[in-house]
Amino acid sequence: MPTVEMTRHLYRFFPALENRVIRVDAGSVAEVLRAVNELAPGFADYVLDEHGTLRKHVNLTINDRILVDRKTLSERVPDDGTVYIFQALSGG
Amino acid sequence: MPDMILLGTRKGTVIVDRAGGAWRPRPIAHEGIPVCYAARDPRDGMLWASLDHGHWGPKLSRSRDSGATWEDVPSVKYPAGARYITKYLPTPDFDPEAPVGAPEYGDATVYKIWHIAFGSPRQPGRLYAGTIPGGLFVSDDGGDSWDLNRPLWNHESRGGDLFAGDATSENRWHGTPASIDYGVFEPGIHSIIVDPRDPDHLHVAVSTAGVIESTDGGKTWAGRNQGMTNDYMPDPESEWGHDPHFVTACPGQPDHLWQQNHCGVFYSDDGARHWKKVSQPEAGVHFGFPIAVDVQDGRKAWVVPARADSERMAIDGGLFVAHTTDGGQSWRAFRNGLPQDNAYDIVLRHGLDAAGDCLCFGSTTGNVYLSEDRGESWRCLGNNFPPVYSVRFG
Repeated sequence: MPTVEMTRHLYRFFPALENRVIRVDAGSVAEVLRAVNELAPGFADYVLDEHGTLRKHVNLTINDRILVDRKTLSERVPDDGTVYIFQALSGG
Repeated sequence: MPDMILLGTRKGTVIVDRAGGAWRPRPIAHEGIPVCYAARDPRDGMLWASLDHGHWGPKLSRSRDSGATWEDVPSVKYPAGARYITKYLPTPDFDPEAPVGAPEYGDATVYKIWHIAFGSPRQPGRLYAGTIPGGLFVSDDGGDSWDLNRPLWNHESRGGDLFAGDATSENRWHGTPASIDYGVFEPGIHSIIVDPRDPDHLHVAVSTAGVIESTDGGKTWAGRNQGMTNDYMPDPESEWGHDPHFVTACPGQPDHLWQQNHCGVFYSDDGARHWKKVSQPEAGVHFGFPIAVDVQDGRKAWVVPARADSERMAIDGGLFVAHTTDGGQSWRAFRNGLPQDNAYDIVLRHGLDAAGDCLCFGSTTGNVYLSEDRGESWRCLGNNFPPVYSVRFG
């Protein structure tokens, strides 16, 4: 089962995801995020817009490869893969 | 006298309480998150904040216990098929002389929830939210679910019903510079007014389009920009393309509407059917963002003038509030208690509020000033707040 890791900033909004290993069924990135959303309802709205597109300043990698299909998140996450979710912080 | 002031700031929501004659700010809520608007629903006391997350998308947050705890509200979302005719970002390589091609369409995404308005007491649970890119959302269950007002979204001034197909009319709504932060150049709804006499009577103001009215609860809409002038357009009296920075109405005399516009201060005493420019540039009353009107007397209003659209700062380093009691025929500057040297504050569109004899404003420099005598004198509530986006009495 793939593992999902994420920026600690998301734990502020979804404390249920903190201090645990997040493993979900293998599938597309979209399916993986849907599975995380089941663990923490509302999670998908933080990383995806209403069209299911990855939000502009959110980045996602499958292992060390940056997601190419940000629009439909169709790429498959392998069984032993890790999805990392992070964001570009800026400003003051 | 109100007991609470809500500040929407770049670093969160600040609630300032009045107790024992003193106003004291609480520790900030929504720490570190930009809050572009915060207000209290007078019907049930619910507090609302619009979170302008840079990364996680705009969210609404509400508090049922006067700010002790906050909860996320289900996201405001455009329905599938909601499209708009995209405007070009005014980037350096944009050529305004280039021939106009066929319209290009974008799928609507909420970039910013710019304004929250509360329905009539006769419509408990009714809320409105104005967004960039120009959608008005309506909730009838206290914010648990939201629907796009399609008649306004499909208005002929925006190209018609794009759910059904391609544009059937020209898009007359322009982008607001406030949208550029989100990488787009699209309009935004920042002012929503519900007529206390008739909850089906609504005005909304759009940057950059103008004022639009509905008299049937949002089923139909019509532009209300007669008398407006926009100096930056080839035709200053065009029906659309106006840039109201904020529009408000007198609760006691709802036919008295005011707008601080990019191109001056405008006043209507006939429900926005006709607008009259009431600026006095020689008195410094012309450019600015916020405007507040008296609760009872529609002729009385306050503005916090700024120097010019190209120099968005206090005039001559001195901060003042201008007040009219005669529908804008004359203006008086209130400076008592406000800094008159080395002040460069700008007060944004939601950054001024009036309640009874009280007025309060906050600037992007992080200064907040309060008057308890209708603006005659002011005292500082703090100089070290984050940049202030909105000020509302609770």
